[in-house]
Amino acid sequence: MALSGIQIYKLLPQTNCKECSFPTCLAFAMKLAAKQVELSACPYVSEESKKQLAESAAPPIRLISLRANGTELKVGNEVVMFRHEKTFYNKPGLFLRVKASDPDLAKKVAAADAYKVNYVGMDFSIDGFAIELDGNPEAAKTVRSVTKRPLILIGNDAAALDSTLSQLAGESTLIYAADSSNHESLADVAKKHKAILAVKADSLEALADLTQKVQARGVEDMVLDLGGKNLGEWLTRSTQARRLALKSNFKPLGYPTIFFAAQNGLDKEAVYASQAITKYAGFVVIDTFAPEMIYPLLVLRENIYTDPQKPIQVQPGIYEINSPKPDSPVLVTTNFSITYFAVANEVEGSGLPAWLVVTDAEGMSVLTAWAAGKFDAERIAKAIKGFNVEEKVSKKRIVLPGHVAVLSGEVEEELPGWEVRVGPREAVDLPAFMKQVLN
Amino acid sequence: MPIEIPKDKWAGSIRAITIGATSAEGGTRSRCVTIGGETTMPYLHFEAPTPNKPVIAIEIKSRKPEDWSPLLMEVWGEAMTDPAQWAKKSEEAGADLIALGLTVEDTPDDAVRIVKSVLSATGLPLIVWGPGQAEKDNEVLVPVSEATKGEKLVLGICEDKNYRTIVATAMANGHLVQARAPMDVNLSKQLNILISDMGMPKERIIMDPTTGALGYGIEYGYSVMERLRLAALQGDAMTQYPMIVTPGFEAWKTKEAKVGEGVPEAWGDWKARAIHWETLTAIALVESGADIVVLRHPESVARVKDAIEELITA
Ligand code: B12
Ligand code: SF4
Repeated sequence: MALSGIQIYKLLPQTNCKECSFPTCLAFAMKLAAKQVELSACPYVSEESKKQLAESAAPPIRLISLRANGTELKVGNEVVMFRHEKTFYNKPGLFLRVKASDPDLAKKVAAADAYKVNYVGMDFSIDGFAIELDGNPEAAKTVRSVTKRPLILIGNDAAALDSTLSQLAGESTLIYAADSSNHESLADVAKKHKAILAVKADSLEALADLTQKVQARGVEDMVLDLGGKNLGEWLTRSTQARRLALKSNFKPLGYPTIFFAAQNGLDKEAVYASQAITKYAGFVVIDTFAPEMIYPLLVLRENIYTDPQKPIQVQPGIYEINSPKPDSPVLVTTNFSITYFAVANEVEGSGLPAWLVVTDAEGMSVLTAWAAGKFDAERIAKAIKGFNVEEKVSKKRIVLPGHVAVLSGEVEEELPGWEVRVGPREAVDLPAFMKQVLN
Repeated sequence: MPIEIPKDKWAGSIRAITIGATSAEGGTRSRCVTIGGETTMPYLHFEAPTPNKPVIAIEIKSRKPEDWSPLLMEVWGEAMTDPAQWAKKSEEAGADLIALGLTVEDTPDDAVRIVKSVLSATGLPLIVWGPGQAEKDNEVLVPVSEATKGEKLVLGICEDKNYRTIVATAMANGHLVQARAPMDVNLSKQLNILISDMGMPKERIIMDPTTGALGYGIEYGYSVMERLRLAALQGDAMTQYPMIVTPGFEAWKTKEAKVGEGVPEAWGDWKARAIHWETLTAIALVESGADIVVLRHPESVARVKDAIEELITA
């Protein structure tokens, strides 16, 4: 855990020589505790103190990075229990489990690898594959021929893991999983290949013992399988492990976790995965490649991991949709990403050309911005003038979102010479409105 | 290695609140529903047991809603034209409560008749919402409240612009109220204070923090609920109410749930996606402290119910 200013002070020379440009060592220590200065500004810190300070600065939940050729996934390094306290940083990796022995292995992996879905302008996909090593020594090669994403290898046969990892040279792969019976041999394989080792046990005590043994054998990068028979038990363990790491700085459990969503049946898979996403999992492994399930899971993950301090926004400006011409309609909306894309996707999908004026509403939705006074006649008029809309169009007519129909009179006053129309409330109804009402 | 698990010790707790009254208590319900009473963050049984599990209300309307998704039309079928039958089917689908939404077309007489028909069709406790326009709400909720005196219904939705009449009639007739504020801890507190200042007993207020669907604002609702629960546990009396949220309403408004054609292929099968949308929205809210989730599709009800059982029996 991070040291307090006083604790840091005790590790400094306490000579108040001022070379760090602070009047006293204590003042410098306070700044260090607040992470506003670098330790290197003091030339006189002893090696021993440096070591202690570095240890205390280590993240309470170790940052784990899975790498393949050109792709990388980072998990861990989290600092809070609740997202409003700061934010959750590294999204849990979503992995699809496949069997090495599956005759359709290449086909299945290729299909899932190609999966891509767009949510408010961002492309999402799954992060990698978890290969169950049940025979077929060539599986890694097969998988590598169709995907560049990071891998998890599931198996307890050290020899099979060793030979498979040899086919994945230069990568950083996760091995699942060492338990009390095989941790020595698996730790040796992990060490040899610089792999990450998942460790499992059925209690936090046993798990902590195991991670220490694995660490003593030379493996630093680990991932925890917390066990647990159902949602409730896993929630308890996940909360306890996170608290121990963050609040007690308990290093033996300071690692990201892995969770298998289909462990109690495919009908529970989506629900299990969603709890894992909201409650601290580092890796979520699913068994079903179903876009109708993966899309909502990816959206949930995005929502939980957005920074609660700042809404996702788009740049205010005038956006051209489907190559508008001077007589195409001018639509007005706000710069909240979800709002912008709801409108832009609808219009784009309809094939109808339009100018979309995105006002600076400080990243708020239409009604939120309206209620907060960030989307009013003045701001709308300012956007129309500021983005030189007049020069682009031949027909001076704008369309307001239906939810802010009340603004139309004021907008007319602010924009003399412009015709103001009120559109439908929901973006889904825009294309029909554009076809039938605007012409 | 022995481990000492850090435990939170809280000064406050959520109030336990009972909805519905049996004949012994002056109503006609065959059973009541008690929610709240929590003394920890959700389902942390290692700190304290969860005294009452979260419950599921199924949302029905007084008239067949023409703008609902075809998937909901398909699953409820003819029952949608008859609120009594719809309520009965909802009970069969596993609802713990019925949430009946009145519409602008309902006259006060219609409203009373419909509420009574629903009460006689099912023994479950009932939530009744006005059509959502201040004047109309008052016009229909007051006679409904009077005609069902002693049933301990939940009347709503009370918002800062419109709560006085609803609270007054609920107080006079022994009902509860649903107090909704737009996703803000302080606004929720403020409304709860206004309502208690009118003299409403504290065990008759259920707080509605407002929520958004998956992909459409759930991140705000999720965190506001965690913050409200934390504030309550820290001892802030004006946040110590159970929470009701409407993931069904929010999720079925989204394009992902509503629209089956002309959407990206990467969205997958429409029906399965729509149900996931509602279920996952609800699960996230259950994890963040919801005591009542109001849902629309029976399949989502089954899945959320199953998840709640697992959370509660850990
Ligand atoms: C999430 C949310 C928030 C978030 C902010 C999210 C954000 N970045 O904007 C937070 C929690 C911060 C918030 C705060 C507030 N909120 Co708020 N919030 C919501 C909520 C739940 C969802 C909004 C949303 O994201 N909708 C999704 C987007 C996509 O919708 P949209 O922008 O309207 O776009 C749609 C349409 O308008 C249309 N459209 C958009 N552009 C265009 C253009 C044209 C031409 C056309 C035709 C159509 C069109 O297409 C879109 C899809 O159909 C709503 C309630 C609800 N469930 O809707 C309340 C709501 C909007 N909030 C409300 C209020 C009052 C507030 C606050 C003022 C409360 C307060 N005092 O704190 C604050 C204001 C912010 C501030 N002071 O800083 C009220 C507004 C009431 C009203 N009618 O005036 C609402 C309706 C809740 C309620 N029922 O009371 N809020
Ligand atoms: S440079 Fe080092 S020793 Fe000198 S005052 Fe700063 S902290 Fe103290």
